[in-house]
Amino acid sequence: MEHKPAAGDSALIQGEHTYETLSNKLAAVVEKPPPRAWWPVFLIGGLGAALLLYAILVTFIRGLGTWGINIPVGWGFDIVHFVWWIGIGHAGTLISAILVLMRQDWRDSLNRLTEVMTLFAVLCAALYPLIHMGRAQNMYWIFPYPNSLGIWPQFKSPLTWDVLAIMTYLTISTLFLYLGLIPDLALLRERAQSRFTRILYGVLSLGWTGSATHWHRYRAAYVLLAGLATPVVISVHSVVSLDFAYGVIPGWHITVFPPFFASGAIYSGFAMALTLIIPLRKWYRLEDVVTNRHLDWMAKVMLASGLGVAYIYLLEIFIAWYSGEPFEIRQQLWRFSGPYAPYYWAMMFINVGVLQLMWFPRFRHNLWVLFIVSIVANVGMWLERFVIVIISLSRDYLPSSAHLYHPTWVDWSLYLGTLGFFLFGIALFIRFFPPIAVAEMLHLLHKLRFHRHEKEGGTIPYRDGQDPHTPR
Amino acid sequence: MPRMRARNLWVKVLFYGGLATVAVVLLVVFSGVAVGGFDQRAGKPIPQPVPFSHALHAGEMGISCRYCHAAVERASYAGLPPTETCMTCHSQVRAQSPLLAPVRESWEKGTPLEWNRVVEVPDFVYFNHSIHVAKGVGCATCHGPVHQMPVLYQAKSFEMRFCLDCHQAPEKYLRPREEVFNMNYQPPAEQLELGRRLVEAHGVNQANLTDCSVCHR
Repeated sequence: MEHKPAAGDSALIQGEHTYETLSNKLAAVVEKPPPRAWWPVFLIGGLGAALLLYAILVTFIRGLGTWGINIPVGWGFDIVHFVWWIGIGHAGTLISAILVLMRQDWRDSLNRLTEVMTLFAVLCAALYPLIHMGRAQNMYWIFPYPNSLGIWPQFKSPLTWDVLAIMTYLTISTLFLYLGLIPDLALLRERAQSRFTRILYGVLSLGWTGSATHWHRYRAAYVLLAGLATPVVISVHSVVSLDFAYGVIPGWHITVFPPFFASGAIYSGFAMALTLIIPLRKWYRLEDVVTNRHLDWMAKVMLASGLGVAYIYLLEIFIAWYSGEPFEIRQQLWRFSGPYAPYYWAMMFINVGVLQLMWFPRFRHNLWVLFIVSIVANVGMWLERFVIVIISLSRDYLPSSAHLYHPTWVDWSLYLGTLGFFLFGIALFIRFFPPIAVAEMLHLLHKLRFHRHEKEGGTIPYRDGQDPHTPR
Repeated sequence: MPRMRARNLWVKVLFYGGLATVAVVLLVVFSGVAVGGFDQRAGKPIPQPVPFSHALHAGEMGISCRYCHAAVERASYAGLPPTETCMTCHSQVRAQSPLLAPVRESWEKGTPLEWNRVVEVPDFVYFNHSIHVAKGVGCATCHGPVHQMPVLYQAKSFEMRFCLDCHQAPEKYLRPREEVFNMNYQPPAEQLELGRRLVEAHGVNQANLTDCSVCHR
């Protein structure tokens, strides 16, 4: 395998590690009691998940009238948050699929956590369209299956594609996460101290023994899945964007929506990944494997995709003017100066303005700045979805149908609830499964400390004069 | 390690068995073979307060459907006969039959008989008998061989695909108007050709026949 300059790569794992110390360190996340900060996250997440259940119950029992939606704003917070969560999921797929095909070694310490993030983000997202239907028990009607009605879903509608896109996304991201987990589950099984954990990890590891045949098939399956998942990174959010672009609502009916949404998704996904990883690496002392270089790269990806988003904000204004369409122009002016103008300008400030901080290494290397920018970026992306969904709908063609949207406590509870469920899910996951892929990291260590010198020829001068295979 | 082998065998059986089950379920659902297999009403005789036999009245005696269901050509609802209609004959014929006691009671008290509904379409479906009769849809096309039913049952399960089957291609079922009430009508060999002519002649507007609002208003 070709290598980039050796210095950059070997810095991916810091500190003096052998296979044993590295696997001890990474497995300790699961095997040792959690750090103190885990408990508040777990509890707050649990409370949020309970709030989510309560809000769903209220929605089911008392109906959609408890939400703030009205006509014409029939898509309210539910769709804002659906798009927001789906976007967040995208970083996981990008890191696990595209970067593995591009042989970017720095993904190895990030992919597990971002895949978990993707899984829970997609679950949060999928919830909203389901409860938005009002009669969630009939959700299977959206699937194309032969039925006694003698009709099919409208295949010409992006809403139908959306169902398939989200289902594909959920399936692939779950498979990816699980496939990657299998060697680690086997490792945990072998290290298990109690009968319960031995059985738990033993059943889940599907009989993995680490034989060469297993590894051979594992690698083949992994690359195949990566190949299948790669189009999904682009296609899912593009299809979501078509839900809007197919509508004739001013502010929606623009052909640039698919790349707009796709870059926004990667931007918000990387921002969320940073938000999660910065505290996690501190609490679990994972600075050795999630180095400042990793965070720097993630910030750069955030900058690149964020610039795409910022460009299209400006393009939208241009298109409104260039189209000469009075309703498009009026929609832009409504965003600039209508009652929702603060939301619009806050979005512009964050996604066009604050984003520029990421150009400067000084800010990229400052953890506090990076952490705050990553949170603010997702606030900005939330505002973007608010602008697209709610501002556009609140004023379409007829002045008489214009109506403002006021979210209710149920809307807010659903949102805070999914945030809680997201944290709760991730907290539970990293309690039972390693948030850094142990097998990938050992493999990386092997590549960095072993094969580099082999390539340079001659004997193998180990970094500390010791063979990494032998335990200290 | 025979124990390990045995355990692995179990795991394999479970794994591949689960996989096969999922595959079979998917095959059954998406092949469509099970569609309509869960309909509870079709083919189930419904008991009535009076053991009225359509087989006797409409079949053996050949009384026209319209003698009792008089509104069928003019109204959305075909109509059930008032007790008076029964008594036109049964004041003379079998006037003392114990089976007809509820009819006589209804006649004396002036309270209508309470029949149990047999044929039902959901509330969200707007169905009009008169337009179907006028365009040449035979009674038996939807109601089946009523003239052979001692106890009435719903012959077809009125699922949406049943309605759409005809609404998408009415030429498959239309009859000449004079044959609508003929329970023994057999479609000719060249039904499709006849049907196309009848679509033309009866003025069936095929353009909007599958619009949602034709049935769901």
